[in-house]
Amino acid sequence: MSTAVLADTSIGGASTRTLPSRIPLSRLVRVELRKMFDTRSGFWLMASIVITSLLATTALILIGEDSDLTFDNFAASIGAPMTIILPIVGILAVTSEWTQRSGLTTFTLVPHRGRVLGAKLLAALVVGVGSMGVALVVGTVGTVIGSAVAGVDPVWDGSVGETSRIVLGSVLGMTLGFALGVLIRSSSGAIVAYFVYTLALPPLLGLLAAYQEWFADLQPWVDYQYTASNLFADPALTGEQWQQVASVVGIWVVLPLLVGLVLVRRSEVK
Amino acid sequence: MISVDALSKRFGSMLAVDDVTFTAASGRVTGFLGPNGAGKSTTLRIMVGLTPATTGAATIDGRRFVDMPNPGREVGVLLDASAQHAGRTGREVLTLAALTMGLPGGRVQEMVELVGLTGQEADRRIRNYSLGMRQRLGVATALLGEPHTLILDEPANGLDPAGIRWMRDLLRSFADQGGTVLLSSHLLHEIEVVADDIIVIGGGRIVASGTKSELLAGAGTVVGTASPSILADAIGRLGHPAQIRSDGSLHTDLSPTVVGEMALSLGLALTELRAADGSGLEEIFLDLTHDTQREGALA
Repeated sequence: MSTAVLADTSIGGASTRTLPSRIPLSRLVRVELRKMFDTRSGFWLMASIVITSLLATTALILIGEDSDLTFDNFAASIGAPMTIILPIVGILAVTSEWTQRSGLTTFTLVPHRGRVLGAKLLAALVVGVGSMGVALVVGTVGTVIGSAVAGVDPVWDGSVGETSRIVLGSVLGMTLGFALGVLIRSSSGAIVAYFVYTLALPPLLGLLAAYQEWFADLQPWVDYQYTASNLFADPALTGEQWQQVASVVGIWVVLPLLVGLVLVRRSEVK
Repeated sequence: MISVDALSKRFGSMLAVDDVTFTAASGRVTGFLGPNGAGKSTTLRIMVGLTPATTGAATIDGRRFVDMPNPGREVGVLLDASAQHAGRTGREVLTLAALTMGLPGGRVQEMVELVGLTGQEADRRIRNYSLGMRQRLGVATALLGEPHTLILDEPANGLDPAGIRWMRDLLRSFADQGGTVLLSSHLLHEIEVVADDIIVIGGGRIVASGTKSELLAGAGTVVGTASPSILADAIGRLGHPAQIRSDGSLHTDLSPTVVGEMALSLGLALTELRAADGSGLEEIFLDLTHDTQREGALA
């Protein structure tokens, strides 16, 4: 055993030293970012962002018609898998602390759960925006290579406004996942809830809107999927559509996040 | 120094911690002893802010844990060695903690060596760790920030005898350097070999506390004689309990000196007269906790 090491390594005791200062938020964000990459599952989840964007680009070059090889189409085909992966990144950033029980150490080293969750949200946003950066780069390279392979001129048909809307839409989707994670605090539970919400609910709400006129008017204000999809569509949003985006984000992102925060602060970390 | 003042915790109708007050002094190892479900872990969790107290407060060196700007630099905590992400390596867990506390990178390797993990073990994922290795990793995490207080919940669980010996030496030297150690256990022997002070908890309440020697002194005397009932009657007349065991030996809470003089005045020949040994504390422990558990069942 290591009695010899014990003798010449300081293990603490009452040695005099300066009082430590408060842990800065930037450091917490760095730690949370590292946690998103330092397990095999986390690493491959992150890698899948890059891998799927490469696959989507290759598929479009191989399968698409010459006229399809525009920047807009590349961006869209890369963005589609990302709208599924990023919310899962957001969910797991929170829930793994509970499901894997590492929160016991995390919340003991930083006994302020709101700060930890804030750092997690910022780290998730860094990943989200970074992923969109990857998508743009891959989309640009895809457009160049695709048009060269097909022997046509590259078509740069994406505008700055459109691109920023797609980034916003993807990051909002990620934040929605994050909010569900904070609210449910279980990896499997939150992921199931997310897919029920994104895959099972939209057709039901669509049916409801088709048969009930009152809901057809209400839907853009309360149905996240319905309204957020405008962010990914071509024409710029009207003032009213932006208000609708704010409304659904309030209902589906901000509200669960606030309720979740209150619950997290009260809950026992086991 | 750790001060716990009139701490209570209610879960619904269950009072898990009932008006617990004690201190754990610097330079000493304080053992927190109690059967499973006695409220040990809840008390420790309240101390580090993981569970809110219903009433009362706990402070460490005069401050609440949640008010510390960087608690890991002041208090080393190990509550559950198994509560780690199974997919991380041991070294990664230490690195994350070191980054959070703002420690230099070399500290991780120092701790890996200190707790006796090999480099190869440190690079393995925690899902492949034995409980003993997890405990060592947990102790490494607790010691990482050079704290002056240690709060450890059942740290000896899963350790082999050599590991328990190692843990004992480590805690001893930590306290000898002036640090405060509070460790819990449901096993008396673990506490007895390392603690200077012992706090016994049962049913959420403190049922005994004092230095180890005080509590051991209360363990009483074992007497062997051909006619134990005569001696038992005499002890009973003094108002002290006397119990004749199935092996014919007599146990009482009087000191060996008093019992010896009584035997002499009664003209009884003794075959054995000694202070009850280590198991004496165990009897106190069992009696005390048994009593409170019975009360709990009746209530």
